[in-house]
Amino acid sequence: MGAYSAIWTARFRTLIQYRAAAFGGLVTQFFFGFIYVMVYEAFYASATTGQPIALSHVITLVWLGQALLGMLPWNVDPEVKAMVRSGSVSYELLRPVDLYGFWYARALAQRTAPTLLRAVPLVIVCGLFFGLRPPASAASAGAFAAALLGSLLLGCAITVLFDVTLLWTVSGEGIVSIATSLVVVLSGMNVPLPFFPDWLQPVLRALPFRGLIDTPFRLYTGDIPPSDLPWMLLHQAAWTALLVVAGRLLMKRGLRRLSVQGG
Amino acid sequence: MPQIVVENLVKTYRVAERKRGTWGAVKGLFGRRYRTVHALNEVSFTMESGELVGYIGPNGAGKSTTVKILAGILVPDSGRVEVMGRVPWKERIETVRRIGVVFGQKTQLWWDLPVGESFDLLRDIYKVPRGEHKRTREELIVLLELESFLDVPVRQLSLGQRMRCELAASLIHSPDLLYLDEPTIGLDAVSKLAVRDFVRRRNRERGITMILTTHDMDDIEALCTRVVLIHQGRLLFDGRFEDLCARVSRERVLTVDLAEPDAAVGDPDAISVTRTGHRVSLRFDPGRVSAAELIRRVTARWTVNDLVVESIPVEETVAKLYRGLSDGSL
Repeated sequence: MGAYSAIWTARFRTLIQYRAAAFGGLVTQFFFGFIYVMVYEAFYASATTGQPIALSHVITLVWLGQALLGMLPWNVDPEVKAMVRSGSVSYELLRPVDLYGFWYARALAQRTAPTLLRAVPLVIVCGLFFGLRPPASAASAGAFAAALLGSLLLGCAITVLFDVTLLWTVSGEGIVSIATSLVVVLSGMNVPLPFFPDWLQPVLRALPFRGLIDTPFRLYTGDIPPSDLPWMLLHQAAWTALLVVAGRLLMKRGLRRLSVQGG
Repeated sequence: MPQIVVENLVKTYRVAERKRGTWGAVKGLFGRRYRTVHALNEVSFTMESGELVGYIGPNGAGKSTTVKILAGILVPDSGRVEVMGRVPWKERIETVRRIGVVFGQKTQLWWDLPVGESFDLLRDIYKVPRGEHKRTREELIVLLELESFLDVPVRQLSLGQRMRCELAASLIHSPDLLYLDEPTIGLDAVSKLAVRDFVRRRNRERGITMILTTHDMDDIEALCTRVVLIHQGRLLFDGRFEDLCARVSRERVLTVDLAEPDAAVGDPDAISVTRTGHRVSLRFDPGRVSAAELIRRVTARWTVNDLVVESIPVEETVAKLYRGLSDGSL
């Protein structure tokens, strides 16, 4: 494990240095959070029929989403992207480590370091002033923590899958823009999944993306009872395993056809 | 048993071709034409443990491709390669554990982290025992004079400082084999000498096998007894560097400083004569006229204050060689 934790440490230390980015991100997230909250308040005030979840839960979901946005696999690892472009990716292959594990460790750093920087202040401020409620119960809090870990592992598997596509497309722009919309919409980041039409619910439940946001967040609000946790974890774990296998296979093929840029 | 065996190595790339301009880019969206480029064409050589071989050739000759195949990064189309008894691309992880690499134009250090931290991270990645790592690290820091900037992030180092750090980083796990890909590119004279001196000492004292690719012929002259020359993916020469130069040209130059300028200075056996004021240079082929004979003739007819006999500069010889390669005259 030494090598993988080393690469995680290296990325984590690098990312934690970007204070300006963290501050900028924080401001952006407050801004978007307020817009979402205002939209939902207006929507609930003018709605005539009953809604699938309470407004206070929705507001909590919004703030959790803003706090943990960095965990969502909505982009490739910019460092991997730069390496593939410049050809430094060859150095990655010169290390006596499994490249998939290496990139997964990078993804873990990428999804945790910036998130920690933003989440802590955001949760404190929103918890005190802007309607972010505490977890529904101690059991919900525990379930949330477990599912959040599941979400992190799943999110990293998706991130590495995106990274691997760079071996084909180099720029990664196309895949990222498609992936962004898929992940943001289908995870429940934009609009909580209960608001989607009934006929779509079975699909949303089966897809991996709900495991990223919907599962942990609604366990937090108690919207999903803590007793459902085992099923939720199983869903996350199954998809994580599948995506890891897919990522490995794809990486193997990508490396075979690799021609290192820049001579 | 040789440490590196390369037999009939072939590697081709498919390069997408695109017409120039915007219209060409638009057309490229719909259909692409590919051209096959032979990066390596039936290349064979072997290397013994402890050798320091210069691997030269013009840009695009296939040098880096070879190094990348030897390091297990690229998979060749065909041919046999064994590095320390292993096929590098099949047993990449085991092979690279004993290899160090410096790519002069890339970095293996963490751009935003202090150099010292990069060394520690490499220790963890290569699982070097702490005691051993401490010893190697201290030694490299002293030899390469890194002490003063160990705490500086890599991005703030000068190129010369960075290259010394790259060298240290490539050796932190005490590899048996080192690939140096243009390690002196862009360095000033002092840094070049420092790098060369260090490389030579590591090779002699530790017996590390090294492959050096470079365009700097002074590197080759200073470090390598054996050179391998490739051009357009084919191996053209494998032997002593002097022999390669001799094959291109044996010409030498006699330069004399005359007491009185005289436009008539010359000799029937000189290939060419250049005059600048008091100084006259005669290019000659020692096969046709010996240096001693030429000096005798010149000093007999003119009063000479000073004289020197030189070989053609290596750079010039190699330029001639490369030009000869591309127009097929060699």
